[in-house]
Amino acid sequence: MSVDQAEIEKIAQLARIRVAPTDIAELTERITGILDMVDQMQAVDTSGVEPLANPLNASQRLREDRVTESDRRAEFQAVAPVTESDLYLVPKVID
Amino acid sequence: MSLPTLAELSRRLGKGDVSSVDLTRDYLARIEAQDPALNSVITVIAEQALAEATAADARRAAGESGALLGIPLLHKDIFCTAGIRTSCGSKMLDNFVPPYDATAVARLKAAGAVTLGKTNCDEFAMGSSNENSFYGPACNPWNTERVPGGSSGGSAAAVAAGFAAGATGTDTGGSIRQPAALCGITGLKPTYGRVSRLGMVAFASSLDQGGPLAATAEDCALLLQAMAGFDPADSTSAEHEVDDYSARLEADLEGLKIGLPKEYFGDGLDAGIDTAVRAALAEYQALGAELVEISLPHTHLAVPAYYVIAPAEASTNLSRYDGVRYGYRCEDPQDLYDLYTRTREEAFGAEVKRRILVGTYALSAGYYDAYYRKAQQIRRLIQQDFLAAFDSVDLIMGPTTPHPAWVLGEKVNDPVAMYLEDIYTLSVNLAGLPGMSVPVGFVDELPVGLQLIGPHFSEARLLNAAHRYQQVTDWHTRRPAL
Repeated sequence: MSVDQAEIEKIAQLARIRVAPTDIAELTERITGILDMVDQMQAVDTSGVEPLANPLNASQRLREDRVTESDRRAEFQAVAPVTESDLYLVPKVID
Repeated sequence: MSLPTLAELSRRLGKGDVSSVDLTRDYLARIEAQDPALNSVITVIAEQALAEATAADARRAAGESGALLGIPLLHKDIFCTAGIRTSCGSKMLDNFVPPYDATAVARLKAAGAVTLGKTNCDEFAMGSSNENSFYGPACNPWNTERVPGGSSGGSAAAVAAGFAAGATGTDTGGSIRQPAALCGITGLKPTYGRVSRLGMVAFASSLDQGGPLAATAEDCALLLQAMAGFDPADSTSAEHEVDDYSARLEADLEGLKIGLPKEYFGDGLDAGIDTAVRAALAEYQALGAELVEISLPHTHLAVPAYYVIAPAEASTNLSRYDGVRYGYRCEDPQDLYDLYTRTREEAFGAEVKRRILVGTYALSAGYYDAYYRKAQQIRRLIQQDFLAAFDSVDLIMGPTTPHPAWVLGEKVNDPVAMYLEDIYTLSVNLAGLPGMSVPVGFVDELPVGLQLIGPHFSEARLLNAAHRYQQVTDWHTRRPAL
């Protein structure tokens, strides 16, 4: 399946990746190449085949609802680009 | 040139013939002298390594023993190491120092292993050549103009070059087995869930699995013994008893039934690799094994199914890199959208971006059934092929890769050609099976790997089969001249 540049721009927006206008043509071509290869799947009849999500057919393990972690905020925030008053800072969202 | 194996070093440490500090100094000196030509190590932690070695020697002097006590290792730079930069080969995490150890690393540390440093890899483990690293490609020690394979290319190159007794790697579609094959060493990708994924930075969560790379199967058994086991902190960790991987290494192979998938010996396989692999299979016959032709009819669908599932899961996992909590952040973001989009544009490499976009496309409204669900259905068919084969054979063998190591740069502009290099390894991850690569010869002075595939949790059997082969051959003892 081929995708056009407008679709790539939309996907890039969904994925929150800026794509420079000079890169969009080449990116579209590469992704079209990958999707063409992937489309070999469509030739196979998979009706009635149960999708395999976990190779051991395991489902999410549940645990007791109790606190097991200690508070390590200082360590975790030490690697953040910008923090203030124990909060992560981002550009202003609401005026 | 031959170098001592991890198991030999372990015996020498046990007898007191050598100290961990001696070994650690030797490896650090080799890395310093020879790695500039290979670029296999991103971060060396000499001072800390010597401190760990001193501590290991003290533990031994106090009467403690253990196969890995004092053994120097390298970790793929995708395993979190407390206090040591963990970059994942990405500009995004070039400044990231994790506050905790991955479980696999913590287990090896607890067993007394010494960490020498962190190895180069494709960015977030996405690649088959190590060329997708922010730190530049690692080179193949057998020919430095060629790729070492990927994504654990740095680990494989470093072990082949004798920079460590062993190394950790991760394998999402072949990333332990393929570089092990291309660098002429032994690598094991365990059953999905066998080694904890906690602290192993996620690429594709239903496929990722950590494992060892080393000179021999015996070495891999010692490393896996420490790495494997249930981890309550990893929700996909397998609650399955861990075998004694060294205990059965010597077991007789008489009557072992080995399946040879006809799809692995067809068009596209290098003639020299075919010859080397068939010679190895003849050794197995001489050891008493029986060779049986089998079919894995959905093999040709592994590449397309994988390149939907892996990118889809990657697009979800890598959404965490937002420039807010850790890692890279762009300069002067104008607003939140600009912060996200420019951070991700500037800090992800081309292949990572492609995979995130393919994955986002496959998961987007209207395409889910045609792509992700379809790929998961094919994944079921691929797994069923293997399970049916294991009704009649004990193990499956074939080439690890269709070609030997290629020239750096040769495939960087053709992602699909690069993807096809993993044609024999991807389906093992889709099915969640354990697989190994063992060196079985050379083609044009480049190493060739034999792939061994077993049923779920059959690591002991795989190691046994690989070890018996290594007892009657010497390919695993060959080392590149640096």
